[in-house]
Formats: sequence, structure tokens, C-alpha cells
Amino acid sequence: MTPEAGTPGAAALELRDVVKEYPGGVQALRRVNVDIGTGERVAVVGPSGSGKTTMLTILGTLERATSGYVHVAGRDVVKASDSDLAGLRAFEIGFVFQGFHLQDSMTALDNVANGMLYTGAPVRERREAAKVALDRVGLENRVTHRPQQLSGGEKQRVAIARAIAKNPTIILADEPTGNLDSKSGQSVLELLHQLAAEGATLTLITHDENIAETFPRRIQMRDGEIVGDDRR
Amino acid sequence: MSVAALRRPGGMPHRRRGGGRDVARLPPHELLGVALQGLRTRKLRAALSALGIAIGIGAMVAVVGVSASSQANLLATIDALGTNLLTVTPGTTFFGQNEVLPNTAVPMIRAMKNVQRVSAVYSVPNANVFRTQFVPSEETGGIGVDATDPELVKAMNGSVAAGHFFDAASENEPEVVLGAAAAQDLQIEHVGGHVQLFVGGTWFTVIGILNSMTLDTTLDDNVFIGLPVAERLFQVQNSPSEIYVRANVNDVSSVSNLLAATADPQNADGVDVSQPSDVLEARAAAKGQFTTLLLGLGAVALLVGAIGIANIMVISVLERRGEIGLRRALGATRRHISSQFLAESALLAVLGGIVGLAFGAIATWVYSVAQNEPWVVPLYALIAAPAAGFVIGAVAGLYPAAKAARLSPTEALRAT
Repeated sequence: MTPEAGTPGAAALELRDVVKEYPGGVQALRRVNVDIGTGERVAVVGPSGSGKTTMLTILGTLERATSGYVHVAGRDVVKASDSDLAGLRAFEIGFVFQGFHLQDSMTALDNVANGMLYTGAPVRERREAAKVALDRVGLENRVTHRPQQLSGGEKQRVAIARAIAKNPTIILADEPTGNLDSKSGQSVLELLHQLAAEGATLTLITHDENIAETFPRRIQMRDGEIVGDDRR
Repeated sequence: MSVAALRRPGGMPHRRRGGGRDVARLPPHELLGVALQGLRTRKLRAALSALGIAIGIGAMVAVVGVSASSQANLLATIDALGTNLLTVTPGTTFFGQNEVLPNTAVPMIRAMKNVQRVSAVYSVPNANVFRTQFVPSEETGGIGVDATDPELVKAMNGSVAAGHFFDAASENEPEVVLGAAAAQDLQIEHVGGHVQLFVGGTWFTVIGILNSMTLDTTLDDNVFIGLPVAERLFQVQNSPSEIYVRANVNDVSSVSNLLAATADPQNADGVDVSQPSDVLEARAAAKGQFTTLLLGLGAVALLVGAIGIANIMVISVLERRGEIGLRRALGATRRHISSQFLAESALLAVLGGIVGLAFGAIATWVYSVAQNEPWVVPLYALIAAPAAGFVIGAVAGLYPAAKAARLSPTEALRAT
């Protein structure tokens, strides 16, 4: 039976014997097995070079595994075409990056609205959803600001709004607080927890044990392998 | 109630969920918006790279426009002079000897139906033209002497720059009218007073100077005397060297068909009939051909512009790796990315083409005003200029677009 996207308890993300080898023979992932259930909040911890970012990009369908099975939101990603994967990312997955990746020439609202560009939704609808998302991250007063007028924490909130505006089932965050001071990092983290608590699956990468501590489940990685998986 | 509905305030209503498959889309108008946005964020760069195309297309439009304007001017002149003039000249025999038109040719043609006006010139073979009798006889200045009748200027739709042409009374007198080029060579600008020329050993009074005869500019090099005078003084044979015939506008071809037989019923094959306006129109068309070389130069400018765009787009792809990675993360397919860069490149060149069209049209306008010619920009240029821009931009964008699409999204995201 194939679990359906959005069903509670079913695996939102599933890796079976996943190997990722880069040209030159470097193995970034060595037979990784992991299940992340719908609505789960998971921190992936490990030193740099441990393969955690590689795992995230494979979960996010930005890269393909060299071998093994990958299921994302109930879909077999290994056999899917480029456009199927793009559809998955457009509708099911919200990314949050360390470097924000906001477009300086656009207002916060348009940056968020642009996050739904490839869903094919008309611009008016995208803007409405963007406004709701900016409300949810507490930036209702920054709608027409451009990124250079925002603080680091605010920028990351815009990026989070962009990730959640389309109501994805999966949120993937790669060191989202890495460029922030501890205070705004803390509040961004709280925001992510709060949004995930509303039902989305959250997987966050960090090398910071203190951040990982706030998650109910922590996966530890080293040298391309999972070396620990504790739940509270 | 599903969990999805609970946690989704303000979800996207049109979205299909569950069993349906969600497909990433980028409708054409959104693609155009993305491309415009890309250009808007780098305005100066976009303007400079479009300028290359604008200059190339501007040069080509100007070349085409200037030549079209000159042609239009020439054709307008021809139309003003009338396309109903026919000329009759003696041909050459099979053995290369010159035929001679019979002295009955002019009265016969004059008697034809649908003929408005007839005039003829008769060359005066041994007469040369000098300002004084002291000029050595070898220095003829290449000026010929033609005997003619008072109808010549009217038949040619010519005009008199100074003085007047012969009339029935003066054609018997030793009086001379100068062609435009001949007057220039002789440095005579005014008539009246007693300007005289030494023609074939006799003093002739200059009574008029003609403007250039566009329909037969060979006449400009000659001076004209009355046929009766010529017969009396120089024993000119009454055999015309050229007959000019104005036919009714609607009967030009029927008159033309009958002219040879009328001029010389015994030897119609020895008569050449032509229509000078046709010759001039052909010459105008040939003048257009001459612009091919200049168009080639414009094409080189375009090639340089295209390389400029390709270069800028490649740099742009490298600089915007972060943006490309983000777009892929947001659901763009490789095809979406390549079409975005292709669209930017094409849009850039189309804008260049439109600006170039304006440049070229303005250059043509300046030229036409300066030359006092009609302003003509060929209609096809209005479509061809932006279309050429589009094609150039699309071709120039192919490599950068493919490069952008090939970029691994993870590497792209790591770049910034």
C-alpha cells in the first residue's frame, strides 16, 4: 500500500539504502535508511561533511540518489521525471535556506508570492496567499519592504513565509539560523516549530546541538551514515 | 475533516490534491513577466547589450531606408516627367553599320493616332563649339551640336533655366540654346546682352540655357540650333539621329508597337524604339542592389551585437546561480529555467531591434530632409527589425540557457 500524502502517521519522507556518490568516487551517503512520518519534527545534526545537506537535497528532490529508494510525500522519486519532481517541489515542499535567497528588487510580498510562481496560480491569488503567510510569520508591517530594508531575522521570516505560503506538507530547512544572531535565531526557530505544529513535516539541518535539543527527534550523522536516532 | 484543511488558512483554492498529480507550470505571460523582471533588475547592462543590436539593426534600417527614399525620389521624378515618352533611334545593321532614319520619319510619326507631340534632334557632325575663335580647334570640350525643332523642350518635359528656347521665328536665325552641362563647361550662366558662341565657324547668339533633361541626360552635353539654320550653314541631312515621341498615356504600348514601321516602312528592323522611363526605373532598381554591401556591414554589426548578448547572458547565468537554484527549489523544471534565459535574451534583442528601427527611421528622416527627398522606411522593416532581433536573441541565448538549465540546483544554491 502506498501511503497518501498528508495522511497522519504515514511516512512523509522515506529513504531505503540510499547511496549518493559524487564524481571522483566520493560517497556522501552510504546506505542511509530513514523514515520521517507526516507531521514529525526532526533535526539532523552532524559536523560539516557528514552528508546531512546531501540528505536534505535528496529528500527535497533537488538531487537524485545514486542508488536506493526514495519516497517523498508518498511518491517514488527515483522513477519520477524532472517535471514530476518540479511539481512535487512546487506544491509539497517548502525550502528554507541559510542564505535566505530573497530577490533584492522585489518587495517582501512579491518575494513570497514568487515562491508560488511555478504552481501556475494567478498572481492575484499568489499575492493573497503571500499576505496571509506574512501575517503568520509576524511581518504584516513589512509587506512592501524590500530585503535591504529588513533585518537578518526579518529576511529569514520572509523566506519562511515564502516556504509556507503554498501550504506544503514538508518543510526542509538548511541551517536556517546560521546567519542570524542568537536572539533572532531563537525566534526564527520558535516560528518554525510553531508552523510545523500546525501539521507540516519539518526536517531541519543544523550543526548546533542546542538547536537540535529543541526537536522531539534528532538524527545524528557522520561520514555519510546515520549514527544516532533518538526520540523523546 | 482532514488535517490538511485544519492547518491551512488561506490555502490555494485551485490546487488539486490527493490522487491528482500536481504539475509545475509557467504560463507564457508569467514567463514574460519573469524575463522582464530579470532585465529590469539589471537595467544598465540590459540597455548596453541591447544597444549593440540597436546599432546593427539601425544601420541596416538606415541603409534600406535611405536607398528606398532615393528610389522613391527618382521614381517620383520619372512619374512627374511622364512615362509616356518613347524614343526612336536608328539601329545598327547586321554587320554593325549604323542605319539611317528616312527624312519622312518625323512627319509620318506626327501623323500617327494617339501621338501628342513629336520632336527630333539631328546631329551636326563637323561643328564644334568655342567661346572665341582663338581657342585651338582641338579643344572642343566634348560639346556636341544638335539641330532641333521648337518642340524639343516640351516633348522632354524639360525646362529653361535662363532665356528661352527657339520658336518658329528664331529657328531660322543663328541662335543657340545650351544644354545644362554644356553651359557649365562653357561657363555661361546668363543670357541676354550679347553672349555669343563660335559654332562651326559662325557666331551664334546664346538665347537660352536649359535645365538638365532627366529623361535623356545625354542631351545636357549638347548645344541646340534650329534645323533650318543647320541645313543652311552646315548642310545637315534631314535624317534624325533621335526622335522623341509623346504618346497618350493609355496608348503607350500600341504606339510603341507601331513606331518602327512608321518611322521606316521599308526597313522597320533598322529602327530601335525604347521607353526612357523604363530604363530609369531599371536603373533605380539597380541602385537598390548596390546597398547589399552596406547591408553586409550592418549584418556584421548585428553579429557583434549577438555575441555581446551571448556574452552578457553567460555572465548573467554565472552571477545568478543562486536565483537559478532557488527557482529550481520553488518548482521550476530545467525547461522553465532555460526558457527564462532564452526569453530574456530574445526580449533584450527585440527591444534592441525596436530601438534600432527608431534609430534607422530617424537617420533616414534626417537624410531625406537634407536631400529634399521623400521619407520612406520600407514597410517590411517594421516587422523585420523586431523579428530579426527576436531570432538573434534566441540564437544568442541558446548556449547560456542550456548552461543555466544544466546547473545543479544544489551547487547553485551553495554559490551564494
